[in-house]
Amino acid sequence: MRRTTVDQLAAAEVEAHDEQARTSEGFQEMVPRAGTRAAELRREAGSVLRIPEGVTTDFGDFDVDVAEDETMILNLGPSHPSTHGVLRVMVELQGESVLRCKPVIGYLHTGMEKTGEELMYHQGSTNVTRMDYLSPFFNELTYSLGVERLLGVEVPPRATWIRMLMCELNRISSHMLWLATNGSDIGAINMLVYGWREREVLLAFFEKVTGLRMNHNYIRPGGVAADLPDGWRDDVLAICDVIPRRMDDYDRLLTGQPILQERLEGVGALDADTAIALGVTGPLLRSTGVAWDLRRDQPYLAYEQVDFDVIVGNYGDCWDRFAIRFNEIRESVRICRQIVDMMPAGDYRVQDKKVTPPPRSRIDESMEALIHHFKLYTEGFKVEPGEAYVPVESPRGELGCFIVSDGSSRPYRLHMRTPSFANLQAMPPMMRGALVADAIAIVSTIDPLLGDVDR
Amino acid sequence: MSDPGPGPQDGHVHGLPAAEYFGATVIHTDRDRYRQLMGDLKDDGYEMCVGVTGVDYLMHAGRDLPQGIDPQRFEVVVELLSLSRHRRVRVRCQVPESDPHLPTLFDLWAGSEAHERETFDMFGIVFDDHPDMTRILMPEDWEGHPLRKDYPTGHVPVQFKESPGGR
Repeated sequence: MRRTTVDQLAAAEVEAHDEQARTSEGFQEMVPRAGTRAAELRREAGSVLRIPEGVTTDFGDFDVDVAEDETMILNLGPSHPSTHGVLRVMVELQGESVLRCKPVIGYLHTGMEKTGEELMYHQGSTNVTRMDYLSPFFNELTYSLGVERLLGVEVPPRATWIRMLMCELNRISSHMLWLATNGSDIGAINMLVYGWREREVLLAFFEKVTGLRMNHNYIRPGGVAADLPDGWRDDVLAICDVIPRRMDDYDRLLTGQPILQERLEGVGALDADTAIALGVTGPLLRSTGVAWDLRRDQPYLAYEQVDFDVIVGNYGDCWDRFAIRFNEIRESVRICRQIVDMMPAGDYRVQDKKVTPPPRSRIDESMEALIHHFKLYTEGFKVEPGEAYVPVESPRGELGCFIVSDGSSRPYRLHMRTPSFANLQAMPPMMRGALVADAIAIVSTIDPLLGDVDR
Repeated sequence: MSDPGPGPQDGHVHGLPAAEYFGATVIHTDRDRYRQLMGDLKDDGYEMCVGVTGVDYLMHAGRDLPQGIDPQRFEVVVELLSLSRHRRVRVRCQVPESDPHLPTLFDLWAGSEAHERETFDMFGIVFDDHPDMTRILMPEDWEGHPLRKDYPTGHVPVQFKESPGGR
């Protein structure tokens, strides 16, 4: 085993790439081509991501012996509309072709895992909901499921079904926004307007239920924050009615459009073995032909009781990823319709005095209720020592919250395994040999959310 | 549902203490047996490395560990998934504070690359033979590793004199 200290590593870096190290950008720079041996270049797919022998064998017409003065290193981002936030991608170009690329992340890192260690369990969902801000319900869900597993409480069925309903609606809104931004990235600007419009319908419903359009803090350990408002059935059915009709319109607008097809078909292909080796999940993995959806394969909530299809692609290219997200919206609508029919009556949160505060009306008339409420909100509730990881299928892939408890009222360690962070690793193999214009389409169909990547 | 695959037998998997814990197998190991175990698990059909992360047990040294595993300050937690058998396994590896090194998993699962970089960035655990052991989330010239328990958080001063200060 090779033993090196951080300092030795750093010293070796400085020695090897002295010129490089003097720039303000430091070691995250892509190493100059001259500093990389040809054998190593052949092994690598992007400077940060080297795929081991056997995973990727077909290097196509990728010429590893390009002279350095024939190539150019270009920064895409970090502040560019097509990077969906603050993603910086360094690409080495030969003419218009991408030879290597390296995603540089961390621009949105705010230490939310550290913050999570300081917040009590009942405050935690306010924190995690801000990570993947386009699918906040999923963050809250995986956090709450983890805490409940440690607590050993079972939430009432109605809470489970409300959670499912909100998550599926959230999946629609997240994919709608993706359709919009994907359209604007590759030149279908009108889709940008339509996608935001459809998302607005869903956000209005979220606001009605949770009080907030984003960052809801609605799914909490022990259930949900409030019951569904009167008339929610009509609202959901109206959404289920309007979305499929609009999707048919977009089918006509986008799917049959030759320009869009040419921009996406055969671009950024990924094969199943590489995708699995890289830990890629979600629509990105399904586009390669691997039918893996946690809702079906490791069911949580009550997904076993609803009927839906897992959409799978064949070629793993941008077109497959487009089609998968497009049709997942329809599947989510299908699930929502079933939830409306099957929503059980009952309590929306667990009646466990340890976790649940007394109702507001009791506080006015009972001293004990007031004390109970005060204790719960100043001291929090204690959670048994242990650890939990309950993954859920977010619109971007496997999202899981790893919680370690030391028996106090705050998580000892809170780690979010976020799909965007892992999926970004698939970028270098997908980009190699692509044109710069294709690079934009590839970033777009990975659908990375930088709040989710950097946390 | 598919075959659940072998669970821990007599509380052991590949000769290491293991337990069934909330539907996932948790295996404890120390550093010397870590590589061997991970190779065996890869051969068992765990084809995806879902995540690698660390835990700093500085303030919670007395956690439950099976016999034969010496508690150390750091723990590296690796989450593996078998798509074909629908099984998950979590490996908890003890890493001493005095020599925070661990062999990389990069050659077994290429997808562990970014996760190991993040663990290095946040905890200062160096993964030997990793192709690019640099910071990933924090700036390159950042000092310290933020998720260590002895790394303080910034706080806003409070007016009350009896306030315990930064937690």
